Amino acid sequence: MKKASRKVILDAKGMERVLSRLTHEILEKNKGAEDLVLVGIMSGGVPLSKFIQEKIRTIEGLEVPAGYVDITLYRDDLSRAGYQPRLKRTEIPFSIDEKKVILVDDVLFTGRTIRAAMDALIDFGRPRNIQLAVLIDRGHRELPIRADYVGRNVPTSRNETVDVAVGGSREDWKVLLNESTPAKGE
Amino acid sequence: MEWKRRHVLGLADFRVEEMEFVIDTARSMEEILTRDIKKVPALRGKTAVNLFFEASTRTRTSFEIAGKRLSADVVNFSSATSSVTKGETLLDTAKNIEAMKPSILIIRHPASGAPYFLSRFVSCSIINAGDGANEHPSQGLLDLYTILKAKGKIKDLKIAIIGDILHSRVVRSDLHSLGRMGAKLWLCGPSTLVPKEMERTGARVTYDIREAVKDADVVMMLRIQLERQKTAYFPSLREYSKMFGLNRSLFSLAREDAVILHPGPVNRGVELSDELADSAQSRILNQVESGVAVRMALLYLLAGGYDASH
Amino acid sequence: MLLIKGGRVIDPASKRDETGCIVLESGKVKDFVQGDQAPKGFEGRVIDASGKWIVPGLVDMHVHLREPGFEWKEDIRTGTRAAAAGGFTSVACMANTKPVNDNPEVTRYIREKAMREGSADVFPVAAVSRGMEGKEMSDYSELAEAGAVAFSDDGKPVESALLMRRALEYTKAFGFLILSHAEDAELCSGGAAHEGWTAHRLGIPGIPSAAEEVAIARDILLARQTGGRLHIQHISTRMGVDLLRMAKRGGLAVTGETAPHYFTLTDASLEGYNTNAKMNPPLRGEEDRMAVLEGLIDGTIDAIATDHAPHEDYVKRCEFIAAANGIIGLETAVPLSLGLLAGGKVTPSRIVELLCANPARILKLSGKGSLRNGADADVTVIDPDAEWEYVEADVLSKSRNSPFLGWKLRGRAVATIRGGRVTHSIMSGVAVDA
Repeated sequence: MKKASRKVILDAKGMERVLSRLTHEILEKNKGAEDLVLVGIMSGGVPLSKFIQEKIRTIEGLEVPAGYVDITLYRDDLSRAGYQPRLKRTEIPFSIDEKKVILVDDVLFTGRTIRAAMDALIDFGRPRNIQLAVLIDRGHRELPIRADYVGRNVPTSRNETVDVAVGGSREDWKVLLNESTPAKGE
Repeated sequence: MEWKRRHVLGLADFRVEEMEFVIDTARSMEEILTRDIKKVPALRGKTAVNLFFEASTRTRTSFEIAGKRLSADVVNFSSATSSVTKGETLLDTAKNIEAMKPSILIIRHPASGAPYFLSRFVSCSIINAGDGANEHPSQGLLDLYTILKAKGKIKDLKIAIIGDILHSRVVRSDLHSLGRMGAKLWLCGPSTLVPKEMERTGARVTYDIREAVKDADVVMMLRIQLERQKTAYFPSLREYSKMFGLNRSLFSLAREDAVILHPGPVNRGVELSDELADSAQSRILNQVESGVAVRMALLYLLAGGYDASH
Repeated sequence: MLLIKGGRVIDPASKRDETGCIVLESGKVKDFVQGDQAPKGFEGRVIDASGKWIVPGLVDMHVHLREPGFEWKEDIRTGTRAAAAGGFTSVACMANTKPVNDNPEVTRYIREKAMREGSADVFPVAAVSRGMEGKEMSDYSELAEAGAVAFSDDGKPVESALLMRRALEYTKAFGFLILSHAEDAELCSGGAAHEGWTAHRLGIPGIPSAAEEVAIARDILLARQTGGRLHIQHISTRMGVDLLRMAKRGGLAVTGETAPHYFTLTDASLEGYNTNAKMNPPLRGEEDRMAVLEGLIDGTIDAIATDHAPHEDYVKRCEFIAAANGIIGLETAVPLSLGLLAGGKVTPSRIVELLCANPARILKLSGKGSLRNGADADVTVIDPDAEWEYVEADVLSKSRNSPFLGWKLRGRAVATIRGGRVTHSIMSGVAVDA
């Protein structure tokens, strides 16, 4: 039996600070909110992109369009699933042509999800550029993908997992690091 | 729930949650059809073969488009121009095609039970696109989806199905899909074509079209199939149209927000008046749209995962 | 000399049902001896049948041996071998061969082949109409002379009421028998299974009960009109049984048979589009099955005949509607018929009547159907309690089309003696005679 130990590495207040900083960085690098659109990657990236959208509204007084994308149909490991992953929704009810798309995701790991998300976006139109904002970068990239905006770098080993809990109310938001250690004799 | 079926042969043993799962998946697929680039790579490298032993352009085209939207390679095999006319058995034809390693066979055949029979001998996935008078599961699901979109629910709706019930595989599948979801189904047509025994499914049988249409939420007209009748079940088309055709005045007996469905192709002026076929209440074209989404969902669920041809 | 001793000798034709021994000599029944001991001084072969039934050799009045013309499905040698394994010493074979048995040459061919290679006596049934085309009568007297014991177009009905009338009327004078495959061809057309809820659910086109009932009624009324001898084959419907009952009450010379599958199975067996449940007439509903049972119990139905119809694998291994009609039945007739004992309403004697005394009487097969002194030395030893599984590997027929494969059965013919020679035996110490 594996013993799991869970550690909170970022609490709700901490997340708020980090996301605020990310928002400022995005606005700084893009010299404002003009021509920006936000696309959250289902599911974890969606509440995060909403937060960023609200923050931009507060800071700049501008409404940046936000949508979300389900990458299930673009995964490169579909054939290896023994079952059919449940589809979620994609909703991008605005044009992304010539826009600066900020892709938002909770955890950047192997990079495959981001690759799939970019394939999906290209099918939607021709953005001016795509920038990537992630809350946590846990390393172990398998593709040449890097984030433009990183909330926190958390070096991990492969048998650890990072869970970003962004359901429910914002006071309950947190980021957990799960270490699973094999029990003695295994 | 986890999708576990290897084949979609009929809706007779589909649980409600399975049907809901397909509809849910179809909703996601429908979004793809609103994009400029109506294509996703999910079935890239997979091959679907349309094995049609019965003439059908619309169902075949629907499956073909569905497959192509998922980036699958779709191949059409139609019996009229093939080895079948040289006397090859169904099993041999299927085994020959299977040797070319498709991921999915989509089969339409005039013999009831043909897809069930093949599923015992063939290792790739099979979708039944219509077998004799037995079932047409993708139609049963797309009718379900279309009505859900039009009415928001199925439970307690009065749904009247009018026409050649006896020979209709569409009706049988609809009885499973709509019936299991709680609709109140009414079957109507000439008594030679609507056996009273159908009431054993829980549907009501009537030979009076006015009774069927009264207060209906959905009226589904079936094509009167001349090509199936070897001996007449009713005296003439004129007689049939008069007694069992739907026109504006009859339709006014239905609820004000009632909608019209038809699996197609429509015999205008026979079972459905010209005017009604093109009216705002007609959801016939929505059925076609829903059909592609539902078929995409079925193809994705059967072939999107492990490659069954291995 | 052959002695079969110590069994329950059930011989309804001689009104006998008691423990005893049967002595066979020179191809005839020599004697019946009460008790289970061999008569003093008996020298000869002994078969110990204690705990078993000793009955007259069973007679199947409805089989398809498929020879000449369809030998890949079955032939006279393998068909009679299967018959012997099922306990049958005599079979009547139908005329739908190729060429059709509508001429004395074919009749003689069948008889001679059977005499050379058969493990049972074969009594050919010749066609009612030339070529089985339903247009002209065959040469009945010539055919009878060549060995035909009755006439039937079985496989097909005689569609023309006028022809059936003529056939019944003409054969009356000679005492010949017409066996009728009673069905209305048009009412059947396109159908593949009993028109009922199961076929309906499976989307299979139906054959209404009326298709059989209408034809039985027609033939009975024609028999009444003409005074000819009529026998209704493979009765499967409730009204069919009722009509036969009514005919008998009216004193008509009409007899009838049914097959084991009609009192054992119903259309529920179609589930999964099982082509081994496909035959004509089709398996009907439960109320029909009960009516057939009732007919066997109250004497309305005279005989059990298997309608053994062998077919090769690939005409059954296909979609339901395209599959050939028919199942084999010789090797399972005994256990299925013994199943009739379960209700308590059918006696062992009655079963022997159904499986041999009556068929022999109806076909006027002299020397068959009883164990009286001087009868042919045809004896079947049945173990009513033997439990066995009917598996493909043991099937002696060339074909395997049976819905009973894999069934655990109770009761079996353990030895079959025809003309004093053992044609089949699974009894230890009893060898088959070459």
